[in-house]
Amino acid sequence: MSTESSHHDSHLDGAEFLKSQTRGLYEPAAAKALGETTERSSKHNRAVTGAIPYFEEWRQRAHDIKRYTIANLDKLLVEFEQKITAKGATVLWAKDAAEANRFVLEIARENGVKSVVKSKSMVSEELEINQALAAAGIRAVETDLGEWIVQLAGQRPVHIVTPAIHMSAADVGRLFSEKLGEPYSEEHQKLTDIARRHLREEYLQAGMGISGCNFAIADTGTLAVIENEGNAGLSTSTPPVHVALIGIEKLLPRICDLPLFVNLLPRSATGVKLTSYTHLIHGATPGQKLYVILLDNGRTNVLKDPAARSALYCIRCGACMNNCPVYRRVGGWAYGWVYPGPIGSILTPHLLGMKKAGKLPFASSLCGACAEVCPVKIDIPHQLVHLRHRAVNEPSPMRSFSERMTWAVWAWFMGGALRYKLAMTGVRIGVRLSKFLPWHPGKLGAWTRGRTLPKVPGPDFRHWWRRNRKRYESQ
Amino acid sequence: MIRMSQVAPRKDDPPYQPGEPVALFIPCYIDQFYPRIAQATAELLKRYGVPVVYPTAQTCCGQPAFNSGYWEEARRVIHHFCDVFEAHRWIVCPSGSCTAMCRVFFGHADPDPRIVDIGRRVFELTEFLHDMLGVTDTGATFARKCTMHIGCHGRRELGVVEPPMRLLKSVRGLTYCELPNMEECCGFGGTFSVKMPGTSLAMGQTKAEDIVRSGADVVVSNDISCLMHIGGILQKNPDTRHIETIHIAEVLMSGVDDNGKA
Repeated sequence: MSTESSHHDSHLDGAEFLKSQTRGLYEPAAAKALGETTERSSKHNRAVTGAIPYFEEWRQRAHDIKRYTIANLDKLLVEFEQKITAKGATVLWAKDAAEANRFVLEIARENGVKSVVKSKSMVSEELEINQALAAAGIRAVETDLGEWIVQLAGQRPVHIVTPAIHMSAADVGRLFSEKLGEPYSEEHQKLTDIARRHLREEYLQAGMGISGCNFAIADTGTLAVIENEGNAGLSTSTPPVHVALIGIEKLLPRICDLPLFVNLLPRSATGVKLTSYTHLIHGATPGQKLYVILLDNGRTNVLKDPAARSALYCIRCGACMNNCPVYRRVGGWAYGWVYPGPIGSILTPHLLGMKKAGKLPFASSLCGACAEVCPVKIDIPHQLVHLRHRAVNEPSPMRSFSERMTWAVWAWFMGGALRYKLAMTGVRIGVRLSKFLPWHPGKLGAWTRGRTLPKVPGPDFRHWWRRNRKRYESQ
Repeated sequence: MIRMSQVAPRKDDPPYQPGEPVALFIPCYIDQFYPRIAQATAELLKRYGVPVVYPTAQTCCGQPAFNSGYWEEARRVIHHFCDVFEAHRWIVCPSGSCTAMCRVFFGHADPDPRIVDIGRRVFELTEFLHDMLGVTDTGATFARKCTMHIGCHGRRELGVVEPPMRLLKSVRGLTYCELPNMEECCGFGGTFSVKMPGTSLAMGQTKAEDIVRSGADVVVSNDISCLMHIGGILQKNPDTRHIETIHIAEVLMSGVDDNGKA
């Protein structure tokens, strides 16, 4: 890990899924707003994608393009660098978050930057760039409404697309009156007017704009930024310096691949056909500076695990979390890092390592609702079981000698009919006796806390079969 | 690692020929706690002239260890399963989840072509009746208000949705009640139910509320493991205690005598 790890550690320790001493991995206390909004996004998503008869073909095509991209990342990244450098951009390669932060701070120093406007970027959350800038005396302001609300509240995004999804309009009104001294209101129009008034000033003052990038296109050296509020357009064009933070997996080979992804992303994210703005940034604007920081930060760990490749196909639409019954109940913070929900559970263990995030793949019932809606067809439930296998075999909070022994004993009992019979007799006696226990320990208690146990019937099926087999065997 | 897309779709398999014997794979919890479901499974197959065998050396498909990450231990159980079922071309199991383990996940645990091939011979009961035997109406009678829960493994890993729905709706006297948010997970998830009991119960309670809203007084499923969880929650609450949970095999056997006459 980088020198940034102290940040990550403190963040991770507070995460419910990652605590080692919780009874059960997590107990839900999710906000109602979160559950309702994710469900609504999911319903819109299904309606809008269901209306397209060839949506399945789109998904498969997108999957194939991303598979090609990740398989040829080495060549495509170099092509992208050459093309965008030729258009006046400076490309910097960052191995980890610490190096990327160093680059940003150097750029800021060189250009005498005192304040920064930021449009939405999950990579910037990986860097914790706001904290790094603040430490250097530079003020960073989020300009995406949801991100700005979360920043004012001193929180982290609970969702990768809709960061303040857990807050109601009333919550936002209270926040604005507390932090900004504005009169309380829960009217959406008034709240957005307040935000607009405060943020306009920031764009004009800022010496630098930081943005993410939805798609970095190799054959033309283009940055595609997709947004609704106009803040990304202002952040990337108003200040004299623009820094784009890009995870190395964000590439698309050709600009003609872009329309497909622009069609998929908003439909999968909030269930709308198109966003208000799609910006294509073809290099530096004359008189302004453009820096492109390509970030690894653990992404190449995915490449080292061929079975896990598809985790890098992700286009960050959030459909998997909107459709995830676990995420809907626990929210984004429980996952402990930047990427929550099913995609977080299969990405974070690679980016931060099994030692820190090995519990995440277990935060799922393996229902597969995520894979059903993923626009690039990532086999998320299969990735989850793959990472579970890794987590119990590598240094991680899930590797446990006693659990290994338990399963070894279980496998022995399941290795023959007699042993099986012996084990099942024990289970039957146990279930019968449990009725008389004043309290139930461990896993039994975890079951009976909210459910009854099945009743133990008479003889088992195999006993019945021995007496009745003749009726069935010959027809 | 074998991906689902690499396992050829089952539709390409040669069809079942009349008279070919079928081996029952009865999951351990059905064998021990719900033997009537296994009996109904044998009975249903017999009704359509299928010779049924039950290899008594069988134990488990290995799913609990596999889903917990202990693939080395799961592999030993999978190998035992494959030794037991090696000689059988057709294997039928009254559980979507255990069937998905065999057909989809055996290859993840052990990509050996022999293991993958044996795993692919396993069919979920309603799937076999509907797709292989062409049954669309079992002639059963069950005059109750029923709704249906299809387990996520059967629904999403196997794509088996139409067979149980169609067979259930064909039952005489049965009133089918639509279940709101039908495709949502009930929260059982095997070891998930005891590893994350809080979240599992919260999901199960939502499912229970949806069942109450459906107006049904019987919940039918092709996965008794989900029903063990859903039923356990319904039983715990005095207001929902009257709602029964029944496996689809038992419903499809109702009101029909041994010779298949209604």
